[in-house]
Amino acid sequence: MVDAVRAYCLLARTWTRAAAQYPASLAMLTLSQLVITGMDAVVILIVFQHTSSYAGFSLPEVMFLYGTSGVSFAIANSTIGTVDQLGQHIRAGTFDAILLRPVPALVQVAADQFSPRRLGKLVQAVVVLWVALATLDVDWTASRIALVPVMIVSGVFIFGAIWVLGATYQFFAVEAAEAMNAATYGGNFVTQYPLSILSRDAIRALTWVIPLAFVNWLPALYILDQPDPLGLPTPVQFASPLVALVLCLIAALVWRAGVRRYRSTGS
Amino acid sequence: METVIELVDVAKTFTRRHRRPGSLRRTRTNVPAVNGLSFTVAAGEVVGYLGPNGAGKSTTVKMLTGILVPSSGRIRVAGLEPSRQRSTLARRVGAVFGQRTTLWWDLPLRDSFQLIRHLYRLDPARYACNLDQLVELLGLGELLDVPVRQLSLGQRMRGDLAAALLHDPAILYLDEPTIGLDVVSKSAIRQFLLDRNRTQGTTILLTTHDLGDVERLCDRVMVIDHGRLAFDGSLEALRALVPVPRLLVVDLAAAGPPMAGVEVIRVDGPRQWVTIPAGSSAAALTARLMAGYDVRDLSVEEPSIEDVVHRLYAGHAGAARTS
Amino acid sequence: MRLYLAVARASVRRHVTYRAAAFAGAFANIVFGLIRAYVLIALFQTKPEIGGYDVAAAVTFCFLTQGLIGPIAVFSGGLPEVAQRFRSGDIALDLYRPADFQGWLLATDLGRAVPDFCYRSIPPLLAGALVFELRLPDSPALWLAVPVTAVLAVVVSFALRYLVMLAATLLHDERGVSSVATILALFFSGIMIPLTLFPAWLRPIAELSPWAATIQVPADIFLGRYHGFALVAVLAGQVIWALALLGLGRVLTARVRRRVVVQGG
Repeated sequence: MVDAVRAYCLLARTWTRAAAQYPASLAMLTLSQLVITGMDAVVILIVFQHTSSYAGFSLPEVMFLYGTSGVSFAIANSTIGTVDQLGQHIRAGTFDAILLRPVPALVQVAADQFSPRRLGKLVQAVVVLWVALATLDVDWTASRIALVPVMIVSGVFIFGAIWVLGATYQFFAVEAAEAMNAATYGGNFVTQYPLSILSRDAIRALTWVIPLAFVNWLPALYILDQPDPLGLPTPVQFASPLVALVLCLIAALVWRAGVRRYRSTGS
Repeated sequence: METVIELVDVAKTFTRRHRRPGSLRRTRTNVPAVNGLSFTVAAGEVVGYLGPNGAGKSTTVKMLTGILVPSSGRIRVAGLEPSRQRSTLARRVGAVFGQRTTLWWDLPLRDSFQLIRHLYRLDPARYACNLDQLVELLGLGELLDVPVRQLSLGQRMRGDLAAALLHDPAILYLDEPTIGLDVVSKSAIRQFLLDRNRTQGTTILLTTHDLGDVERLCDRVMVIDHGRLAFDGSLEALRALVPVPRLLVVDLAAAGPPMAGVEVIRVDGPRQWVTIPAGSSAAALTARLMAGYDVRDLSVEEPSIEDVVHRLYAGHAGAARTS
Repeated sequence: MRLYLAVARASVRRHVTYRAAAFAGAFANIVFGLIRAYVLIALFQTKPEIGGYDVAAAVTFCFLTQGLIGPIAVFSGGLPEVAQRFRSGDIALDLYRPADFQGWLLATDLGRAVPDFCYRSIPPLLAGALVFELRLPDSPALWLAVPVTAVLAVVVSFALRYLVMLAATLLHDERGVSSVATILALFFSGIMIPLTLFPAWLRPIAELSPWAATIQVPADIFLGRYHGFALVAVLAGQVIWALALLGLGRVLTARVRRRVVVQGG
């Protein structure tokens, strides 16, 4: 495990150094990423032009949801997001070269084309979160303060696991790669808003099937002292780390199965 | 000499699903790519692995490297089982695929090598030493800062070879390494491989269609056809076993009947194909023809690997039928 | 003219084979459409009508616009395959064909858009109709106007992408130019939120922009916002943008053609 992380860091550093050869281009790409991903925040601002309370949430509260989801998503995207290029690797035949090397395939695919430009999304999410935390009207008890970083870190692992699960699907159906965007980018998009805007069934699906509700919504209910539309017991709002752990284990097993299948059927 | 590669009764069957035109259902067919393959390779050998397309050569190499898992049978490479101990084995093995590169397309050569250094966890001193040596031997000095996608085929091949040898593997697999290269590049690469084998004792398994590669490099030749080993021995033994004659292609001044006193197997207008009998020289035959006919041009056609293999397999099948 | 029809037809045939990928894309579009719909429904619970839209119109808008992303392709920067040919120098062959360069590419793009309308525009509408109540065109004139506005939208989008590609070539900066283009398209086309919900000072600028003519205008026609003279005026607006941008494209093409001759690609 430690070897894998070490290998990842070394690979990422080499890619970063290569990208840093063109600092102007890198800066511009990061900036444009920042602006493009920041559009979602602009949309929320436009929504709040027409109302001061959205589904029972104030602007700082929605910005809190946006910021926490955005930070988790951006970190997961930067570190493991390229896993969705798996289909390209298989089609180009480069996955064989990956299997030829003494480093786990997942590490290689995740570190591939590592570029600091994805941090553009992180910067704007951090800015929004900062502003939200400054303007939020919350009774900051110790448990609430502690829950914020716990929730963000768990969110990183939940998004990461969803990415890997979606990518593994490409072992079986290479052309359906775009469909997994619904779970990853769609997952980020939906968790920017209070999940109570969805139908009851949709919220249940996002709690028990694809556990995106644990990324920021459920812990946020505790922090913002808002009622749970599903009426779940309070301990659930602290379950994010556990859910992240279980999901990562599932993702690791499914990925292993995917690689096994590739190695027994060829490409 | 110790055995470094061992295959015992290895088989690999692929299940292909395809749709028959006109029907909606998908039928499954089992395609045996490799069937009952057994051979051993000793340390330091340079072995040519020949066979027509689709014979199972790439499948064999993929199973030897652990990329593919065999359906049945046993494989041991450097004492390890490729399908179970792929990572450990990867450190002892290097591979070059002629048709695809193992380098990173958008990065300069230097960065590709850096990535490989981190992937194989080479210590800085050893890496620097190997890199310098390989760069000098393969003439990569000016190419280190060029992105791989801008390299010519020959340059990229040399880059791939350097990448495969950076970690001092004991075994090297080469899949069509000289395909598409010009004569000078082919010669340079062959010389490099020969030297490598002599100085470092690297075991080399070479898959190729190029008879020139085989003649220059290989002491031993294995022929695989339809997933089975059809021949295992030296190149001379193969030629002796399956005598496929060379042909003299003669362009006469005008079309006419087949020339007398020689075995003409084909006539096409003024061009005639004449068999050069085994053991006799093309020169003598040429002199005779030029004395008797108005010859405008000639060339010699070597039998291709395919011709040799097809003859071999037909011979085998014939022998199997009679025994 | 027959030549361009043939080019378009060949393009249709090529893109029909990408069915599986198109449906995967449509799936993602449906999911995003559903989420955007719920976002707007929650907004309309505070006010039943905003900017001339009611809930049904807003929800329909979400599925319409998601369905248009594929065929209108206004976020794909600037004709990536052609830009690649500029980089490799193969473009010289295209520029010297005995056919109009821009016309050729337009025909190809229309051919690409036609199968996309089937594979990517219809599924989101069907999915939306299953879950919500949608606002559909209520008069034959509107149903006739829909394909017209859709085709015009593709032409305007093509003209924009063509300009982006030429600008990128002339400025030697593909990523920069296409980033800027993507940002403008995302913001002004109405894809993220209907332009009718924009604040009052920004709304007129946005609605008159060429990007609005690619997504917002066809959507609004479908939703029945324009009738009679207003409908003709808005279609004319699309035509004007198409002609203006295509014209500008021709001027720049001459510039690029000269550059290719001088530098050799």
